Amino acid sequence: MKFLYDFSILTNSIHQMLAASLSPLWVFIIELVLVGLVFLGFYAILGLFLVYLERRVCAFIQNRLGPNRVGPQGIFQTIADLVKLLFKELFVVRKADKILFNLAPFIVIIASLMAIGAIPYAKGLHAIDLNIGVFYILAVTSLGVVGILLAGWSSNSKYSLLGAMRSGAQIISYELSVGLSLLAVIIFSGSMQLSTIVESQANGWWIFKGHIPAFFAFVIFLIAATAETNRGPFDLAEAESELTAGFHTEYTGIRFAFFFLAEYMNMFLAAALATTVFLGGWMPFHFFDFSGFNYVMDFIPPFVWFFGKTFVVIYIIMLFKWTFPRLRIDQLLTLEWKYLLPLNLLNIIVIAFIVLMGWHF
Amino acid sequence: MVEKREIILGENEPYVINMGPQHPSTHGVLRFELSLKGETVFKVVPHCGYIHRGIEKMCESNTYQQIIHLTDRMDYLSAHPNNEAVSLCVEKALGIEVPERVKVIRTILSELGRLASHQLWWCAFGMDLGALTTFFYGLRDREKILDIFEESFGSRLLHSYICPGGLMNDVHPNFKQRIKDFIPYFRKKLPEYDQLLSGNVIFKERSRGIGMLSLEDAISYGVTGPSGRGSGFSCDIRKSQPYSAYDRVDFKEILFTEGDTYARYRVRIAEMWESMKILEQLVDQIPDGDYTAKMKPIIKLPEGEYYQSVETARGELGVYIVSKGDKFPVRVKFRTPNFSNLFAINHMAVGHKIADLVAISGSLDLVIPDIDR
Repeated sequence: MKFLYDFSILTNSIHQMLAASLSPLWVFIIELVLVGLVFLGFYAILGLFLVYLERRVCAFIQNRLGPNRVGPQGIFQTIADLVKLLFKELFVVRKADKILFNLAPFIVIIASLMAIGAIPYAKGLHAIDLNIGVFYILAVTSLGVVGILLAGWSSNSKYSLLGAMRSGAQIISYELSVGLSLLAVIIFSGSMQLSTIVESQANGWWIFKGHIPAFFAFVIFLIAATAETNRGPFDLAEAESELTAGFHTEYTGIRFAFFFLAEYMNMFLAAALATTVFLGGWMPFHFFDFSGFNYVMDFIPPFVWFFGKTFVVIYIIMLFKWTFPRLRIDQLLTLEWKYLLPLNLLNIIVIAFIVLMGWHF
Repeated sequence: MVEKREIILGENEPYVINMGPQHPSTHGVLRFELSLKGETVFKVVPHCGYIHRGIEKMCESNTYQQIIHLTDRMDYLSAHPNNEAVSLCVEKALGIEVPERVKVIRTILSELGRLASHQLWWCAFGMDLGALTTFFYGLRDREKILDIFEESFGSRLLHSYICPGGLMNDVHPNFKQRIKDFIPYFRKKLPEYDQLLSGNVIFKERSRGIGMLSLEDAISYGVTGPSGRGSGFSCDIRKSQPYSAYDRVDFKEILFTEGDTYARYRVRIAEMWESMKILEQLVDQIPDGDYTAKMKPIIKLPEGEYYQSVETARGELGVYIVSKGDKFPVRVKFRTPNFSNLFAINHMAVGHKIADLVAISGSLDLVIPDIDR
């Protein structure tokens, strides 16, 4: 299939330029470093931007202005906040398990950093294109819960421990729903490779092509992903009115910032995954056979499409947080095990039947 | 000599958490000592006294005009009824009849204070349940009331405006018009409260059947105010012993019989509608006249014991004054609503989760300085 913007040309030319003058080992090392730097920068900037965005969205919902002093429209506010956090003392509670205490934020942030490399941002614009991309992202993101559990356990604080235990129960439960709702599209597209899933949506996004079950899977994915990222009405792990700040009660300075950034990047990841799998990833929006309209849509660069869709999903997830009260821990688990999981299983059977009969577009 | 010992949590030991004195959802410096089993609360011991200022003792060395200023500091979110309680008690002791204008204005102020207090309660209750947006919606409307207060008395929270004999000074000329503007405004905004929180499925799940308080328990714990009326305890002083201008206004005493957190929530929302009804009836009927009765500069109560209770936004506030004919009282006792309401929490919260404890203490509308005095 031919695409107007193909970034594999760019990446291949960089690769060939390096390969022409260096030995294969050095090419490999330099490419690793380049990709790492690009993703670290991307991660930091996007994380800070998401924090800013959340504050503005929340202010918009709550009848106020939000940050609007530092820089135009206050966009440098989060950078100023980060600088402040960098200069804060790194405080360790007495009798805390120092090694685990220091390790926990890194585990959390590495888990989310590893996952964003596998997302295809445009044709040929991804760090790794594994043939089990969906599986990889699910596996890596669930590592984050280890960090949260460690943080709660090692803090030597009762609130932290309660928060961590809640988080453990919650993330492990909702992992199932996330996986099963993604399975819906894997059945449709017949592949776990994210780039293949995106390209299978060239003639229509799965949320439209897959009849009602795909839409249903999308809704379940949104709910479960919100829960898995410890956000919105499911932020029990850090329920501030109950547990002060939950698992990161005792963290200060940049360690706290790590948890904070990781939370926002997990939200981005959930939204990006929803976009890639259900909303056509970087595919432009095509409307049946209106070739003029479709042609104009093709001209919009794919990463604009990708980020546009992702931010719409992020906005929806943010709306959840600022409008709903928090669930209780037993209600949270009831929702998953009694409602979402059985419905999801049923949904998958329906989808399998649809695919078997070839009823999807 | 302090013995050093290692504390090991055993299987059967309770997991004790100190919730407070610094905690976001105790609304002040209150400490709950929670014994937990996992997430389930099986004992709550409230510890109060962190903000004890000895107001009752201080009253013994202050004149009756000065006591007014101390009462503001008890229930600072609805300060007018506190002032009113002492003023009414002193007036009763002296046998003074205050002018009609004073009575009507006092009633209006009490109801405005009740509205402002319930609005803030609604904000904080939403926050307790994790709905952070409620805070700004409630404060938006509360600001309008505080502006009315500020214009007339120069202060927004601690007014000290109602004093023995009448009012400190006359209300601002804009007072009437401001209230007239506020009522239609808030009539439009109050349904937003329902849209944002009352109808929410998660909110209903979180509050229905949580913190059950039966009528018998409400009476035996002395839970009054909206918290008591949520259990069907008809305890509205405005109805049973009308004071000021409450005998001439038409309003309903809101009663719900469920006795859970949701019932207490609905009582307060319904009370806001009733308060607006009272305001509407009274705002056009403020008679002309003096803003205070003729009072001697030094008030000396005749020897005896006097009691007067009023309905604040949180329940029955009683003032008990013992006088020996001096300009200072011998003993002053405040029966504050929150103190009684607070100690029902162990009864209500046992067997529920921590999150429910927060919801329950939110639904009691605790103001900590009112508990500790």
